[in-house]
Order: sequence, then C-alpha cells, then structure tokens
Amino acid sequence: MTANLQELYQEVILDHHRRPRNRGTLSEPVHRAEGSNPLCGDRLTIYVRLDGDVIAEVAFEGSGCAISTAAASLMTEAVKGKTVSEAQVLFERYHRILTEDGGEADASRALGKLAVLSGVRQYPVRVKCATLCWHALRAALEDRQEVVTTE
Amino acid sequence: MKAVTPIKPSMVRGPAALDVQRVRRDFPILSRRPDGRPFAYLDNAATTQKPRPVIGAMNRFYRRENANIHRGVYALSVRATEAYEKARAKVQRFIGASRPEEVIFVRGATEAINLVASSYGRSKLRAGDEVVITTMEHHSNIVPWQMVCAQTGAYLRIAPIDDAGKLDMDALEALIGPRTKIVAVTHVSNVLGTVNPIRRIVEVAHRQGAAVVVDGAQAAPHLPIDVAALGCDFYALSGHKMYGPGGIGALYGRYDLLKKMPPYQGGGDMIRSVSFEGTLYADPPQRFEAGTPHVAGALGLAAAVDYLDRIGMVHAAAYEQELLAYGTSRLTGVPGVRIIGTAPEKVGVLSFVVENIHPHDLGTILDVHGVAIRAGHHCAQPLMERFGVPATARASLAFYNTREEIDALVDAIGKAIEVFG
Repeated sequence: MTANLQELYQEVILDHHRRPRNRGTLSEPVHRAEGSNPLCGDRLTIYVRLDGDVIAEVAFEGSGCAISTAAASLMTEAVKGKTVSEAQVLFERYHRILTEDGGEADASRALGKLAVLSGVRQYPVRVKCATLCWHALRAALEDRQEVVTTE
Repeated sequence: MKAVTPIKPSMVRGPAALDVQRVRRDFPILSRRPDGRPFAYLDNAATTQKPRPVIGAMNRFYRRENANIHRGVYALSVRATEAYEKARAKVQRFIGASRPEEVIFVRGATEAINLVASSYGRSKLRAGDEVVITTMEHHSNIVPWQMVCAQTGAYLRIAPIDDAGKLDMDALEALIGPRTKIVAVTHVSNVLGTVNPIRRIVEVAHRQGAAVVVDGAQAAPHLPIDVAALGCDFYALSGHKMYGPGGIGALYGRYDLLKKMPPYQGGGDMIRSVSFEGTLYADPPQRFEAGTPHVAGALGLAAAVDYLDRIGMVHAAAYEQELLAYGTSRLTGVPGVRIIGTAPEKVGVLSFVVENIHPHDLGTILDVHGVAIRAGHHCAQPLMERFGVPATARASLAFYNTREEIDALVDAIGKAIEVFG
C-alpha cells in the first residue's frame, strides 16, 4: 500500500469499520436524525440520549463506506460523556483538520483518537464521508427533521 | 452482440481490424503518466477522451473561423454557418436520419430528452395517458417524464428487468396499451451495459400508436446507429460520450413530428418573424435552437463522427466485445466479486461489487493504483434499488482500452481486498 493510502486506511479505521462501536438504536426518549449521501450510497441514523446537557448515550446505524462507518463509530466514542457545546467544539476542530492546510498540528492534539481520520484531507472527495455523521449528530441535537447531506 | 441494424457503407470503411496501439496515439491524454506510471482510464461511460481531430477542429474554429452563424453578411459568418450546417449533415448521415432537418443540436442527451418531454410530451399528453419507461433508465430519462406527468396528469409506468439486467419484454408489451402515448427507453444501460431490443419495442409501441423516445447516449459510442432501421421517433445523443466535445449533443426527431411540435425555448434564431402582437416560429430544426448555438462544439462533434467513421463502428464494436469478454472472465475469477449486469446482449460496461468493500473505498484504492473507475449510483438510483445495492463500482470500456488495463484493474482490486480482507 502506498503511504497516503496507508494513512487513509489506518488499522484503527479498518478496525472501526469492521467492528463499529455503538452500532444500533436507542430506546426513547432520544434525539434522532438521518444523514444520507445518495451519490455514494452512504446512509446513517444517529440516536442521542441527553442527560441534562451531557450526551449520555449515542448510537448509529446504517450502511456506508469504510470512512463513513469508521468516522461514525469513532465519533460516538468521542462525544459520549461530553456536553453538547463540547461536542460542537470537537466537531469544529475535526472539520478544520480535514479541510484546512496546516490546521493539523494544533488540532490533532485536542482531537485524540479522531486524529486518525486526518488522512482524509489528502482525498478531498472523501471529506463528505467523514463528516456525514457529525452533521447528522448536530441535526439530532437540534431536533431538525430533515435528512442531512454533505454532498 | 447481434447486429440489429443493416450495415451502412460508412461502417465498413477503415482497417480490417482495430489496431489499438495506433488508435491510442490519436488520444493525447492517454499518454499521460501521473507519477511516472501508466494510467488506465476506465470511466468511459461517464465521458470519453478526445482524439486529435476533435481537439483540432475546435482549436481551428476559435483560431481562424469564429463568427456567429446565420444572417451574417460577411464571409467569415457565412463560412461559420456553412460549417455548422455541414456538421448537422454529418451527424444526420452518421445516425441514418433521412434529412438534416431531423437533427437538432442540443447540449446533450439530457437536454434532448427534456426537449421532447416539454414540447412533444406536454402537447400530446392528457390526464390519464401513460408514459412507459424501464427500471434501467438513467435519471435523465426518468425525471423529465415525471415532470411532464405531473404537469399533464399522465401516469408513469415502469417496465421491469430480470436478474441479469435484461428488459422483460413480455411485461413491457403488457404495459403498452391504448393509453400509452410515449415509450421512453435507453438503447444501452449506463450501469448494466444491456442493449435493449429497440426495433421490437418500436413495433409494439407503434401498434398502440405510442411514440418511442430512445436515449442513445450510451449506445452511440459502442454500436453503429441507424435511426431509420430502428424506426424510433426520437433519438438522443451526447457528444462527449462519443469522443466529441462536452456541451453539444443531438436530438433526432422524425420530421413530420418535429413539424407539429411547439418550440422548446424562445429566443433569437427560432423565429420567422416577431412582433409584439405575435410571433411566427421557424421550421425545424431552427424552431428548437433558440439562441446562439455551440458552434465549435458542433464542429467538434462532426470531427468525432468522421473519426468514428474512419475507425469503423463495426470494428470498434468487435474489438470492445473481445475486451468485454476478457474483462468479464478476469473479474469473475476474483473471489468476492459479483458482476451486476450479465444480459446476453451487452456492451463494454462492467458494474460490480466486491464483498465487504464499499464501492467508494474501492474507487479510492484503484485511483491510487492508477485505475480510474466510477463508484456510486451512476444516476440510476431505482436500478440500484432493483439490485439491492447502495452503489456499484463501474469500469466502462472504450476501443482504446487494452487487456493490460483490465489486468491493472484486476490487480488493483486484489490490493483493495488485501487492505480490507
């Protein structure tokens, strides 16, 4: 595998793709939103249960490419136990690392495990795969009913 | 592939068989070596590469011949007009239309179908009438009909396909009845490669008095086209899918139908005379070509048609069939690969899925290994649903592709399986 490809499909990503964490649904009461990128055929639903302002439980189901599945799995691990505003800040950092040149160094420190997805930056057409779950999470937290998309 | 059209003299000119290495030299982009490695372009159903004569014709037009056409009294404009009309005549001969006025220049097959739906469809369809299409249509042969059905109160009926991707002719025949006014069908599926039996469909439709609109975007690059032999009423072409430039295409329409159809767009060039009290429309094809057309594009398309005539579509088709057979057997030999679209009559389109690998991941990995394919729903979402897949990977062939490029595809799929295995 070439170096770039190795960075994109790191072992952690392949692992989360093969064995996604927090896959499934949550029982009521939950916030819920759907994300769909019909051009690629990625589709997922995010479920969130809040305890006050804290994301107590989060789960996802759906089907998609390795990047979108791993991104969703890693996201659920990253935001669990965080407040809504902390999750929002995390998303902004994550988005920066995927889209901005040079944003990597400072952002990756604060991102923890999510930093494994930084290889996506080399493949601009795949950024939409890595961010679909986050946009769906935000829609769920805002109780928006429309299906979100990143295409 | 069974020949469904009689061979025109223009088809049997050219060398006895296709010399692929010679053909490749006609396409400047094919000598591109990103990262110093060969590059296998296998996304020809999305767009084909352009041979030198096409690039040259457009270049020459802008360097030496550019002027607006029609009504110019100076020599340059007269020459541009003549060149544009000559291009129309070349397209006419290439598709076997009986007169140049039956060829309308449009942006591409999408606009051609929208033109027919808006003009013919809207004036012909009444509430309760039916438009019949098939499961394997591209969105461009679905959405315009949905739109015109919504406007007129007509119903859209869908003819099914079998698991191989072959049109169910019995079901189609049963669907076409006295209420059917239009049958819109693709000649060749962009996802499955299936060649549809247009002649038989035309017979059935005409028996019920329905007009037949054929989406020929994927057929023209692979098969000799003869609209007279097919007997269809409309035939849509995209220049860029048949080695010509982007932004130009053609609609063939039977002259007696065109003559009765209202305009599609209003503007300059489509009128006989204009006053604020009323406007007299020009005859076809001008009636349907409002505004300044893509003159350089028309010249580029004519150059593409000349090029294809020189190659000989019969030779090109024969070569592609060999390549398709090779690709099919190589892909079938890869464990975990399933080909979608195995109709007995098909052209060089190989849609497939690989077990446990999403087509997009596959597309990325193949690209890194110098193989360009397409991954996604290929603007045919209902078809994806029919086969129960969210997306497929698709390698689509042209007569400049080689066995080595098929080998590169299969090797790269092997690498992807290593990553995900």
